[in-house]
Amino acid sequence: MVIPKCAARPDCTREHGLELLYQMIRIRRFEEKCAELYSRGKIRGFLHLYIGEEGVAVGALAALDEDDAIVATYREHGQALVRGIPAGEIMAEMYGKANGCSRGRGGSMHLFDARRRFFGGNAIVGGGLPMAVGLALADKLQKRERATVCIFGDGAVAEGAFHESLNLAALWKLPVLFLCENNLYAMGTAIERHQSQTDIAQKGANYGIPAEAVDGMDVLAVEQVSRLALDGVRSGAGPFLLEARTYRFRAHSMYDAELYRSKDEVEQWKRRDPIAFLTARLREAHQLSDGELAALESRVAAEIDEAVAVAEGGPWEPLADLTKDVYTPQSTVGAGITQATRASRNAVSQPQVTP
Amino acid sequence: METTLCIDQYTPHKSASSGAAVASPKPERTLSYVDAVREATDQEMDRDASVILFGLDVDDPKAIQGTTRGLVEKYGPERVFGTPLSEDAMTGVAIGAALAGLRPIHVHIRMDFLMLSMNQLVNVAAKSSYMYGGKVKVPLVVRSMIGKSWGQGAQHSQGLYSFFMHVPGLKVVAPTTPYDAKGCLIAAIRDDNPVMYVEHRILHFQKGPVPEKLYTVNPGKARITSPGDDVTLVGISYMQLECLRAQRYLDDVGVSAEVIDPIWLAPLDIDTIVESVRKTGRLVVVDNGWTSCGASAEIVAQVTERLQGVRDVRVQRLGFAPVTCPTSPPLEAEFYPDSRRIAAVCNDLVHGKSQNWYPDERPELKDLEFKGPF
Repeated sequence: MVIPKCAARPDCTREHGLELLYQMIRIRRFEEKCAELYSRGKIRGFLHLYIGEEGVAVGALAALDEDDAIVATYREHGQALVRGIPAGEIMAEMYGKANGCSRGRGGSMHLFDARRRFFGGNAIVGGGLPMAVGLALADKLQKRERATVCIFGDGAVAEGAFHESLNLAALWKLPVLFLCENNLYAMGTAIERHQSQTDIAQKGANYGIPAEAVDGMDVLAVEQVSRLALDGVRSGAGPFLLEARTYRFRAHSMYDAELYRSKDEVEQWKRRDPIAFLTARLREAHQLSDGELAALESRVAAEIDEAVAVAEGGPWEPLADLTKDVYTPQSTVGAGITQATRASRNAVSQPQVTP
Repeated sequence: METTLCIDQYTPHKSASSGAAVASPKPERTLSYVDAVREATDQEMDRDASVILFGLDVDDPKAIQGTTRGLVEKYGPERVFGTPLSEDAMTGVAIGAALAGLRPIHVHIRMDFLMLSMNQLVNVAAKSSYMYGGKVKVPLVVRSMIGKSWGQGAQHSQGLYSFFMHVPGLKVVAPTTPYDAKGCLIAAIRDDNPVMYVEHRILHFQKGPVPEKLYTVNPGKARITSPGDDVTLVGISYMQLECLRAQRYLDDVGVSAEVIDPIWLAPLDIDTIVESVRKTGRLVVVDNGWTSCGASAEIVAQVTERLQGVRDVRVQRLGFAPVTCPTSPPLEAEFYPDSRRIAAVCNDLVHGKSQNWYPDERPELKDLEFKGPF
């Protein structure tokens, strides 16, 4: 395993460093607001916070092109924000409002925006891996040179879909960056209790997939390795497995007493906060002043206030729409579920064999 | 293989009271079910470059009983390719490809194997349109086959389409004739939703008229395959043939059965069945699966809901025996409903059980013996 030390990264400009910091702070503050709104009953159901892991999404997505696709998990607010889905549409989705990015039907775990090539938001652990392989297969068949980044957690590595997907992507040399956000716990089960080989990057070797582990608390390292990995992926070399070692500072979901880990362990990891880490590096390099940091924070605060207003002001989907979009209305065949009730009039007593 | 199994559904059987049935136009051409499936795939792949075909052995010389023969040669290994088994992941791959604008056809040589695909089919394919606010579509065809006889046994014989009928977002079709095999497959390929296309291994040997041109047999339309007055007999997939045979037996005792093929199970054309039962007052549904929570249960329930208080209705379901399919030949034969048992049940509904009628076997109505392979 190689963990690149990013003490110096010549290609990282001051502007870029500030942009990475800004994106991580956006995610952090957005989710802190979500937690608050959750306790006020504005957001219901599941809410899986990414706090502590921001360096992974921000670093990896910084390496993507606009055309590249993203397949994410149920802990995907950060990825959706960085990808450019407006914060208001994400917050409205959390509320279940019709102006949410999935019309308020998906909720926190099903953020989606095909236009931005953000393909979910998937609440089945490991469920997104095959879809990512399929998106990449379509790109290869249609000779489009772009990559798909497939994000999943360490828990997904215990699913058959992980192994099937890696095999397929390697077999057909598909342009997929498999990005494992290893936060050391599958819900409440520590990795030592669910993996015979806890070094996830090692698992690439069996499929002939190049792999690397990276410090997920170091956004610059994540970005650097992602760029290298994507260079290979885009050049037709096939998939890459990147394991980002990270940690979630908050509970798995909102109702989680966290009895499976010690407070001391959490505190140890918090000392490696990815936002504090980059802030310190930028300060050391005299690239970030107090005033600039305050300006970043207030820019983020304004965006979040606006997002909450969008969600608060958004409409509920009308009741009449309950049955809408169960099926995609048929444009070519001219039939569909709604035609069924009229069918007796249309029922054919014999096949129409006439030309 | 002999094609004695085939009953000509295109020349309507003269039912006791149907009078002069209108003869269908002369079929221009006869094709087997296998060739109908192959031709539908070929014509759609020719028409639409986004259609791709894959699954274990689709490019093997055996060509999935012939249904994929010649396609890899014609369209190349990028559009027609064999895959590792990986049913779970390959289903997700198909969904991803569909989201990216392709129209995949994923082939499984037995329906039993779809149990490995359930997560992707039920949790992803069926839900994507709704869950993502109607902003995506998943045009996907999943072909699978039900096995019967020849000792197919517990895990190669199941007709599990009711699982998929249960889930909003999926369409389910189980064509019986070569005509419908082609028309339904074309409709399924053109459909913007995931469609479970269910074949029956024995139906592969059916022959019948199939037009050369492209045509669709659209979702949500059943077919009255033979009119009648005394009892409505709904047969799903292969059981449609057994129902048509049963109708011949019933003629001997003066019972006129109206036979209906639902063709599409989701969306289901319940109206056609309800109208028939409104006339006959008796409904027998014969399924290619177990009766409990099955397609037959659904049809009977919907008809009852519609006609209760309107019409006195007597109902009966027939399906697999509520056991695992055995390989022992006599037990296997007992496991399935057959035409004589269906006829007896219909007669009981019409004349009462006291008649205790059970038809003697007529050789021309005997089921074909499947000799394999697969």
